[in-house]
Amino acid sequence: MPMIEMKNVSKWYGEFQVLAECSTQVEKGEVIVVCGPSGSGKSTLIKCVNGLEPFQQGEVIINGISVGDPKTDLPKLRARVGMVFQHFELFPHMSITENLSIAQVKVLGRGPDEARERGLKLLDRVGLRSQADKFPGQLSGGQQQRVAIARALSMDPICMLFDEPTSALDPEMINEVLDVMVELAQEGMTMMVVTHEMGFARKVAHRVVFMDQGRIVEDDKKEAFFGSPRSERAQQFLSKILHH
Amino acid sequence: MLNLDFAFFTPAVVSGYVLKGFVFSLQLTAIAMLGGIALGTVLALMRLSSKPWLTLPAAGYVNTMRSVPLVMVILWFFLLIPLVIGRPLGAEMSAIITFTLFEAAYYSEIMRAGIQSVARGQVAAGYALGMSYGQTMRLVVLPQAFRNMLPVLLTQTIILFQDTSLVYAIGAYDLLKGFEVAGKNFNRPVETYLVAAVLYFIISFSLSMLVRKLQQRIAIIR
Repeated sequence: MPMIEMKNVSKWYGEFQVLAECSTQVEKGEVIVVCGPSGSGKSTLIKCVNGLEPFQQGEVIINGISVGDPKTDLPKLRARVGMVFQHFELFPHMSITENLSIAQVKVLGRGPDEARERGLKLLDRVGLRSQADKFPGQLSGGQQQRVAIARALSMDPICMLFDEPTSALDPEMINEVLDVMVELAQEGMTMMVVTHEMGFARKVAHRVVFMDQGRIVEDDKKEAFFGSPRSERAQQFLSKILHH
Repeated sequence: MLNLDFAFFTPAVVSGYVLKGFVFSLQLTAIAMLGGIALGTVLALMRLSSKPWLTLPAAGYVNTMRSVPLVMVILWFFLLIPLVIGRPLGAEMSAIITFTLFEAAYYSEIMRAGIQSVARGQVAAGYALGMSYGQTMRLVVLPQAFRNMLPVLLTQTIILFQDTSLVYAIGAYDLLKGFEVAGKNFNRPVETYLVAAVLYFIISFSLSMLVRKLQQRIAIIR
């Protein structure tokens, strides 16, 4: 059974179709990178995985549980699916430690001390232990995103979703975030990553999904994708982003 | 010329006439503020929901309250409720309930703006961590909305404090009434109204200054 399975997912905003029969799956321990030009629907696709965006047709199944089923306890399912956003979305009115422990306490029901301990351990892991008592606004973008990854990990997720985790960062901060993600991938975390960082894809991705105009145009093993993408659209896209 | 004489205005007069009214005005302001913000927040959440059966009643309530002069609401509530419940409610109680219901409409618009000022991604982040709608609102969105709107909420409260003087319409004993009674008893209405004006000014103005300080502090935290 795949960790994440998408079957013919379609979504419309009114008349406009943003996703057209998208199907793919992520096996346990697999890392897949989703790329494509802006407006191709990749962010929408990844938000359908944990039901942040509703979809009208098709099925998304995480670890055997259907996301679109109205009977599914979505909060309970989401608690086990880590998500990292483009704009970090740390809670600005809470300290870093509180950001890391709030959902552990309120959602998982852990004790405050246990949650704090776990949070600090993860902060250590992303190299930010010394920032524990600061507020998000006092951290750089790269640091905030690393805290956001730690926050997602604090829930002991069965898989992680990344929605353009580095596109809002200054260039010199991208690597500190990618390093954390690479480490995570190498430890065997199941990951679905929307990104344009092809270096990251080459390094740790197992498969690359290429989207254009709401459709999954390519879904290949990494080697095949970078070696010789079949579609002309993907070739164009790669030549554009790999030239610099 | 005006022949002003403030000599009658002794501490005994203050404690005998004014203090009782002052306490009630503060009570009325505090209760209507807390109740109004609580009810207003619920109304704001209703208006921002996607369900018409929540949006429409909330919008109707807010728009109605905001389209009617406060003094009329005070009067109507005072006159109508006894007919409904079969016994008089008392001017003070009636004023407290009316102000809470009326101010809720204004606080609700402030809270609505505050909730909308919180980035949409914050809601997504709450949900993504497994929080329910209620938890996301209570833990993530509303604290930020309150912080963003604190100066406006307090400004509305200053207006509320000034508006409490309207309870003269139903004869409740508030700060202004205290001065009025004292003025009549000592036959010095001009002087007492003058002192009343100065007192209202001092309280409202210092609160305004406080709001300005607060605004600067919030600007720094952000």
